[in-house]
Amino acid sequence: MTMIQLVDLAHARSGDKGDTANVGLIAYDAEHYELLKEQVTPERVKAHFGSMVGGAVERFELPNLHALNFLLHNALDGGGTVSLMNDAQGKVFSTALLRMEIDVPQDVADRMRGRGRAPAGMELR
Amino acid sequence: MSKKDLLRIASGQGFWGDDLEAPVRQVRGGPIDYLMLDYLAEVTMSIMQKQRARNPEAGYARDFVPLMERIFPDCAERDIRVVTNAGGVNPEGCAKALVEAGRAAGVAGRISVGMVSGDDLMGRLDELLANGHELRNMETGEPLEAVRDRVQSANAYIGAAPIVEALRKGAGVIVTGRSTDTALTYGPMMYEFGWSPEDHDRVAAGVVAGHINECGAQCTGGNCLIDWWSVPDLASVGFPIIEARPDGSFTVTKHEGSGGRITRATVSEQIVYEMGDPTCYITPDVITDFTTIELEDEGNDRVRVHGVKGAPATDFLKVSIAYTDGYKAVGTLTYSWPDAAAKAQAAGRILRERLDRLGLVFDEVRTELVGWDSTHGDLVGDPPADLPEVQLRVGVRGQDRAAVERFTREIAPLVLTGPPSVTGFAGGRPRVQEIMAYWPALIQREQVESGLTVDVFPV
Repeated sequence: MTMIQLVDLAHARSGDKGDTANVGLIAYDAEHYELLKEQVTPERVKAHFGSMVGGAVERFELPNLHALNFLLHNALDGGGTVSLMNDAQGKVFSTALLRMEIDVPQDVADRMRGRGRAPAGMELR
Repeated sequence: MSKKDLLRIASGQGFWGDDLEAPVRQVRGGPIDYLMLDYLAEVTMSIMQKQRARNPEAGYARDFVPLMERIFPDCAERDIRVVTNAGGVNPEGCAKALVEAGRAAGVAGRISVGMVSGDDLMGRLDELLANGHELRNMETGEPLEAVRDRVQSANAYIGAAPIVEALRKGAGVIVTGRSTDTALTYGPMMYEFGWSPEDHDRVAAGVVAGHINECGAQCTGGNCLIDWWSVPDLASVGFPIIEARPDGSFTVTKHEGSGGRITRATVSEQIVYEMGDPTCYITPDVITDFTTIELEDEGNDRVRVHGVKGAPATDFLKVSIAYTDGYKAVGTLTYSWPDAAAKAQAAGRILRERLDRLGLVFDEVRTELVGWDSTHGDLVGDPPADLPEVQLRVGVRGQDRAAVERFTREIAPLVLTGPPSVTGFAGGRPRVQEIMAYWPALIQREQVESGLTVDVFPV
């Protein structure tokens, strides 16, 4: 087993509802959904975010999309127009979650490492 | 009711401020039956309410009227119907302007404008409170009485019934107030396919279609994380088109030749956007279980969606209330290498010390470094000394407007009285903004639904 960042196993999108941010985490490969389900628990997500999330973390499963949905409560400094945060609507909380590391079998890591990053040296048009 | 086997519902706006050309591309780029335009977000209604307070003719998405003037002839000629919540807090004003725009566009006698109103509860608020509707905040449980004197707008999220009625009355363009975003898409499906409100699974499928449609290009490759570097031609991104069928299944696609990408993954990203409990997605017409959605990638920018299950709606409607809650301002300065972050942090400390010395009281003072920690917070650790540049971003919030005003005059002085290598202040003093806070509440649906009206005006 070896550690890998979620950015190489899953893509994600986030949004807001008041002071709560949501992060939908979608496995690149359907067969890695179980790995995510086992290891990206609400407890670990809460610990990962530390001071960024004031309240509880809830998790919901969407096996049909091989996705997990997280609600991060009290994460947006009051949310909406009240918040003083640059990311007042939690638009990029998704990418903050993708920094988290989980333990995966070596072959999975070998195959997936780099999946979530733009190819090095490519010309971006 | 018509008897179509396939209905194409195109999305043309995902919010007020979206790509102004997108609706035109949708209308002229290929076959569509309906154009749905979503203009409203949580804070939009209060902005519109303020505009109407200054000018009784205002209070709706003004961009919508010149847009319609451009596409009215196309819509009349090809029988494309338009459904939108552009009416904001003034559907009457919007409908009136629209009729005039239609005449200017030369479609008089060929099209009519439908108007849905009655979602605005502002004028009935005291009556509702007096009758025991406390409109408690869904997040805090507090009754609305606590902020009643500061309420700026109150609108109920309404469902598809009035949209269906307007279509039945022959309206070609339907303008609503706070219709729920998804109803702009599933309302036409209910009308065209003759679905009854008790057809929970089909209406729920329509909700999923609406959720995919409501953010425009966010499901067709825009703001899409997966393989973003290879999404083709975002400069002319195709907005989504729902190809709906009477059994509730539908296909997400876009016009041929348009940019962007539609795959299972891009659609999935939009499905999880702003998601709460996926088994219980509540709209005025049905509760949808998003864990029942089945997606099939058909290739060629087509994703088929089926299998959606729904359950009866609740007895309540959500009310979106906005109230004033103090003031805020945000100021920024840019610091350069060497030790960019250390300079910015020092400037932040000096600024706080000065604010304290002036005796200014705020509910919050927040310091972030844009280019280092403003999006990932503590997860990124301490900034390195060789950061080429960083932007100091300081925000304050408080009830005292004068204090916030004074803060805005304390940023520029740092340029000559603080740490060195500072620039980026050319934009002038930060602007003081009045905070419009959001108060979500519930109300018994009959309180609202009995007051909804549908009018149709010929152009």
